[in-house]
Amino acid sequence: MNVTLKVWRQNNSQSKGSFSIYNVSDVSEEMSFFEMLDMLNESLVRKSEEPIAFDHDCREGICGTCGVFINGRAHGPISGITTCQLHMRRFNDGDTIIIEPWRAKAFPVIKDLIVDRTSLDRVMMSGGYVSVNTGGTPDANAIPVSKVNADEAMDAASCIGCGACVATCKNSSAMLFVSAKVSQYALLPQGMIEKKIRAQNMVDTMDKEGFGNCSNTYACEAECPKEISVSHIARMNREFFKASIS
Amino acid sequence: MKLDAKIPEGLLAEKWTNHKFKVNLVNPSNKRKYKILIVGTGLAGASAAAALAELGYNVEAFSYHESPRRAHSIAAQGGINAAKNYPGDGDSIFRLFYDTIKGGDYRSREANVYRLAEVSNNIIDQCVAQGIPFAREYGGLLSNRSFGGAQVSRTFYARGQTGQQLLLGAYSALVRQMNTGKVNFHARTELQDIVVIDGQAKGIITRNLITGKLESHAGDAVVMATGGYGNVFFLSTNAMASNGSAAWRAHKKGALFANPCFTQIHPTCIPVASGSQSKLTLMSESLRNDGRIWVPKKKGDDRAPGNIPEDERDYYLERLYPSFGNLVPRDVASRRAKEMCDMGHGVGATKLAVYLDFEDVIGRNGKNWVADKYGNLFDMYEEITGENPYKTPMRIYPAVHYTMGGLWVDYNLMSSIPGLYVMGEANFSDHGANRLGASALMQGLADGYFVIPYTIADYLSGNAGGFSDTTTSEFIETEKGIQDHIQRMLSIKGSQTVDEIHKKLGLVMWENVGMARNREGLKKAIIEIPKLRKEFWEDVNIPGSSDSMNTELEKAGRLADFLEMGELMARDALEREESCGGHFREEYQTEENEAKRDDKNFTFVSAWEYKGAENEPVVHKEDLVFENVKLTTRSYK
Repeated sequence: MNVTLKVWRQNNSQSKGSFSIYNVSDVSEEMSFFEMLDMLNESLVRKSEEPIAFDHDCREGICGTCGVFINGRAHGPISGITTCQLHMRRFNDGDTIIIEPWRAKAFPVIKDLIVDRTSLDRVMMSGGYVSVNTGGTPDANAIPVSKVNADEAMDAASCIGCGACVATCKNSSAMLFVSAKVSQYALLPQGMIEKKIRAQNMVDTMDKEGFGNCSNTYACEAECPKEISVSHIARMNREFFKASIS
Repeated sequence: MKLDAKIPEGLLAEKWTNHKFKVNLVNPSNKRKYKILIVGTGLAGASAAAALAELGYNVEAFSYHESPRRAHSIAAQGGINAAKNYPGDGDSIFRLFYDTIKGGDYRSREANVYRLAEVSNNIIDQCVAQGIPFAREYGGLLSNRSFGGAQVSRTFYARGQTGQQLLLGAYSALVRQMNTGKVNFHARTELQDIVVIDGQAKGIITRNLITGKLESHAGDAVVMATGGYGNVFFLSTNAMASNGSAAWRAHKKGALFANPCFTQIHPTCIPVASGSQSKLTLMSESLRNDGRIWVPKKKGDDRAPGNIPEDERDYYLERLYPSFGNLVPRDVASRRAKEMCDMGHGVGATKLAVYLDFEDVIGRNGKNWVADKYGNLFDMYEEITGENPYKTPMRIYPAVHYTMGGLWVDYNLMSSIPGLYVMGEANFSDHGANRLGASALMQGLADGYFVIPYTIADYLSGNAGGFSDTTTSEFIETEKGIQDHIQRMLSIKGSQTVDEIHKKLGLVMWENVGMARNREGLKKAIIEIPKLRKEFWEDVNIPGSSDSMNTELEKAGRLADFLEMGELMARDALEREESCGGHFREEYQTEENEAKRDDKNFTFVSAWEYKGAENEPVVHKEDLVFENVKLTTRSYK
């Protein structure tokens, strides 16, 4: 099949970006979306043009490195997957595909489709952990956890930190990301001890980093490649509220 | 050169305890005078950075990723082994040690492997305390499953995302230390070379991948946790950026490279679908617990799998290995799959695949049970292939997955360059000629949390600490060398892309240094690889400049090293005239086509010394001494 791409090109964080148009032919449906971009990049390099810079690494949907807007949707038209898991069989011959970077104040563009998401690390630094040092911990089975809680904590912990929730939110809120971590630990006895201070610190840092507030549109849940539930936001709000009155 | 592995005296079970007592310590208030440079922040690097910072050392950590959470440790699916014996099925530290030594086909050190088994239990305790949501039973205790090469259930897991959860655990410990300022993390910063002063590793040169700027960093020790070199094959289950450059550049600075030919080909990967394929995707080994591997008995059988009756299917692993069945170690399962396809029993469009069938377990336990255990893997498979594995068997084929070889280290994880430590997949120490499933996560965390924090003090205590001078001639010359290397690559302006040449290298490696090797093929590779190297240095085309983000330049630098490393792998494979683990030499096999080891002549580690671009490398041998296990022919029948 043949497709037309409209791709955001931007030299660096200071420069102004714009869309460039590329026609890509001989795309096979077994190709992944990124393999289609690889093919285009190979042809650009052969013409001594700079290839389109995009973030990617594991190409199996787990590292969270990739993520672009495809035709206005984070990670493309299919729910529950990352961009790297998207295959060209989901497109048709003659399609025009618009590809843009995540757009959020807290995610400045580095180059083309690559953005800087280190703001998420800084949020994690402010509380995304259980304060235990290495060694001297009790036997693993000395801390029983109900299977229901462990499973729900695992649902939350499956967040890959790609930032799709932020990019898709009209307020550029990181509430789904932050709440997934707060919720994971709040559900487990190990994390419960620090749950109030954690919620407070992480929310404070989130605000400071320029992420917006949550206005309950649930766009984040709809676009999350790991389908993390907005119910974690409710749990975080409870923890945050409890922290602020105690 | 005499290789001293520094294995402690005493009984096997007491070596590590005794060693921890005998090593020199750095007093708590002196630790802050030392700076440790850690390159790579996957499982091993992140856990080491956190543990060392908690102790009070100053840590500078470096990653080419934007965040430590992106490291490829995250992709490990199935689990992590430990000798807890929670299921009460006869496991013990000695059994985990024994299975690992045997699984590695007796080509690893007893003392290192025993220590690994010993600290495995601490890892699980640590991870649970960090809030890692491992799978649990209804009573609230931890759940276990079994993996290849073992007859006990000792694998702890978090659905099919165990690597992700363990890495995020190590990452959480790391960000906590970043927050205290004890760890300074350098994102999107790639190592270019190490700096050796008076024979000791004292610094590194890095490149900022956003600005292109070269930077010098000085420290009292350098710790590398930079992963494996499986991407020398171009197609592998490694992430796109995974590379061997850090290890290779240290090798060129004097660090010996051990057992480079020991590569692991994982049996259960999604087969190659097209020529434009950029990487291969693993389907966790845990699937072999419940899936059954088979091929049609009739050669070239084109019927859909559902139309092939039971008595016309060959469940060849169950037939050949009745006691381990589908759970034979990876090297055995891979080789048998290749053999079936070579004999004409392969399935799918390319005929380079075998079936992994879940029909029986779905019938026995229901679809929901299977979905609960493997749901994410089944979804991943369907998205890639367009086929539903609940309804039709998966097609799988072996793919390059892990490299057991790596930089030579002693018992303290120190390389042959004093002050340079190597951990995780980047070193060679624990897996011998074949790694068992769920042991990579174990080793990464053992090295980072529980080994390096003790052993590095022994070295540091002999140094004053506080080394910070990056203006010495060694730093300036090393940086100049890198600058020249980069400019030379950029100035070629040839006609081929980096990937085109990388694909050619991958093909030479896969055909000659892959799953089955022979003298003729290896000799051919040693001739072909230098030709490709020449092609690269005369004809590669890298657009753009070095003073900004340039992804083609990053790839080119890594390929330039792979083009040298591949040759050493072939040389090592040629010289090891035996079959062991993942290293299968067609000339050395039993009548039943099993690997035939030569313990009399090859019970050693090959440690290669770099002798300059114009000279052949020299091999040094570290004899492996077995006092606690008897070397037997591995049998999984």
